[in-house]
Amino acid sequence: MKYDTFREVEGSKGFWTVFALFAAMVAVGLGAAWYMEHQGHWVTGMNNQIVWGTPHVFAVFLIVAASGALNVASIASVFGRVPYKPLARLSGLLAIALLVGGLAVLVLDLGRPDRLIVAMTYYNFKSIFAWNIFLYTGFMAIVAFYLWTMMDFRMRDYNKAAGMFAFIWRLVLTTGTGSIFGFLVARELYDSALMAPMFITMSFSFGLAIFLLVLLGLYHGTGRPIGDKILMRLKNLLGIFVAAVLYFVVVFHLTNLYAAEHAGAERFALLDGGIYTQLFWWVQVGLGSVVPLVLLFHSGLGRRRSSIVLASILVIIGGLAQMYVIIIGGQAYPLNIFPGMEVTSSFNDGVVAAYSPSLPEVLLGLGGVGIALAAVMLGVRVLRFLPDSLEDAQVDPHHARTETGEAEAQPAG
Amino acid sequence: MSENRTTDNGRRQFLGGALALGGITVAPGVFLMNVAGAKPAHEAVTSDVRWGLLVDTTKCADGCDACVRACQAENGWGGPDSNEVRSSDDQKAQWIRKVHLRNKQTGSTHSLPLMCQHCEHPPCEDVCPTGASFRRADGIVLVDKHICIGCRYCMMACPYKARSFIHEDLHGQKVNAPRGKGTVESCTLCVHRVDNDREPACVEACAAEGRRALIFGDMKDPGSEISQRLKRLGVRQLRADLGLNPGVHYEGV
Repeated sequence: MKYDTFREVEGSKGFWTVFALFAAMVAVGLGAAWYMEHQGHWVTGMNNQIVWGTPHVFAVFLIVAASGALNVASIASVFGRVPYKPLARLSGLLAIALLVGGLAVLVLDLGRPDRLIVAMTYYNFKSIFAWNIFLYTGFMAIVAFYLWTMMDFRMRDYNKAAGMFAFIWRLVLTTGTGSIFGFLVARELYDSALMAPMFITMSFSFGLAIFLLVLLGLYHGTGRPIGDKILMRLKNLLGIFVAAVLYFVVVFHLTNLYAAEHAGAERFALLDGGIYTQLFWWVQVGLGSVVPLVLLFHSGLGRRRSSIVLASILVIIGGLAQMYVIIIGGQAYPLNIFPGMEVTSSFNDGVVAAYSPSLPEVLLGLGGVGIALAAVMLGVRVLRFLPDSLEDAQVDPHHARTETGEAEAQPAG
Repeated sequence: MSENRTTDNGRRQFLGGALALGGITVAPGVFLMNVAGAKPAHEAVTSDVRWGLLVDTTKCADGCDACVRACQAENGWGGPDSNEVRSSDDQKAQWIRKVHLRNKQTGSTHSLPLMCQHCEHPPCEDVCPTGASFRRADGIVLVDKHICIGCRYCMMACPYKARSFIHEDLHGQKVNAPRGKGTVESCTLCVHRVDNDREPACVEACAAEGRRALIFGDMKDPGSEISQRLKRLGVRQLRADLGLNPGVHYEGV
């Protein structure tokens, strides 16, 4: 791939219309945050039982997806897969943008967002949250440097090292995000070392789904050609990641089911947890995992672009459902303070906590999505992130030889 | 000369009297200080004491909530005059609550107060990113309202659901218990009273009801009532399996 074939996107009317839409989402999200900050959290659905609500669902989803979005670049520079090379810049840009969007939501949902400076100046190094402050800011700096090594010919020699460092960093980062929940020993639906690797596979899956949609959106929107070859590789990879997430979900619940002490929590998660059970089976497992797997791997459907788009959208919807089930469902199930006892109190002990998302929470979450997507659009407009063409001949140096063959299914590594 | 001697005698008498008066004034304080184990206000708290509570559930009556009402009056939260006027019931703070238990196997019932358990290894302190959640050397777990950013991670981590988040602007707060929108709070073990040689409000109220289901004291002092009873009785800590070594013990559950 020659470097001079990367070019800024033209600022057409359509481009700015879409950008205005995302900018409006950002404005509405900021307004919602301002409203919640001024009124206090009584205007939200959150309470003393469900202390992390819909903003956290969006924030953690975006942060997890951010590290996953970098995967395409990692496959190119760490695992040396040449066809992914032209996509590496967009991958890095999307990773930073998603992280900024997620962090913005997280910070704006704080009880005291005005004290952000306190979070930056007082540290308790025993806290995973404090580690994450460094992991997140470090990630942005490292990926920015990584992008520099991709985009500046003089920095080319550092590319491989930067890519490797960014890859290791992103694994640590997602381990940290998963451990926010994994380390909470008192909550039965969190307390598991599996949370870390499960979050890593989730990041692969959600990040790639978003990457595919952004890639196709940008190429179709700007009329640049994109061949099937790279898309087939990416969609096969997405299928593998979706299956990997499903595997971790199965192991997580099997492990819990085997322990009698968790029977109640598992019954809640899988059978009679109301909205959480419904979201788990219908949206996370059905719509978000099984249907995409069929769409991606079916011999006929799997070759259509519409299937790839639909599968990516479903993976994102399923991913948001999974976050909702993990974060909010995990809090809704009562703490087992008195094993073997039936418990009642004025503070909702022993009962499933009630929560329904409020409009400002949803708007703030969508504002984070808006920040990420608006930032990507600005990025590709002002800098050379996107190749002019991703036609098969451009992407694959061996294209001529394999033109008649099937697209290879090539997972990472 | 003689005049001078008279004057001297008068001064001696005055000084002697003043000394005696001073002694009478100061001595009980000094001795009581020793008895209660509290520290003078200018000294930092030390780990020579570990404040704790013993809840005797056999004396805790089902319908009685004197401890809860006393805490509300002392610290200015909840109750009929709650200053949380916009928050829903699920959003209002509860520093201490009465919990009713029924054993699923035997059907036996118990009633007990549940509040911050003042753990030796508090998970809230571990997870707090800024160090706002902290444990004093004498075992009291508190929130520094000045550096709490309202992330609520401590509420996720607490095994006892002992903490509350303030969901709205508050007015009419108690001087001894500052509370503020967007921060987290919980039972302080009435630290402002303990530092002045008084017992927590809940303990006092329970005794005033004639129940004495709550015993407060220094668990490191082998002579204290709480130490004696902890040694003698079969008590338990809630979720002792987590290894947090709470400062609150329960008897009869």
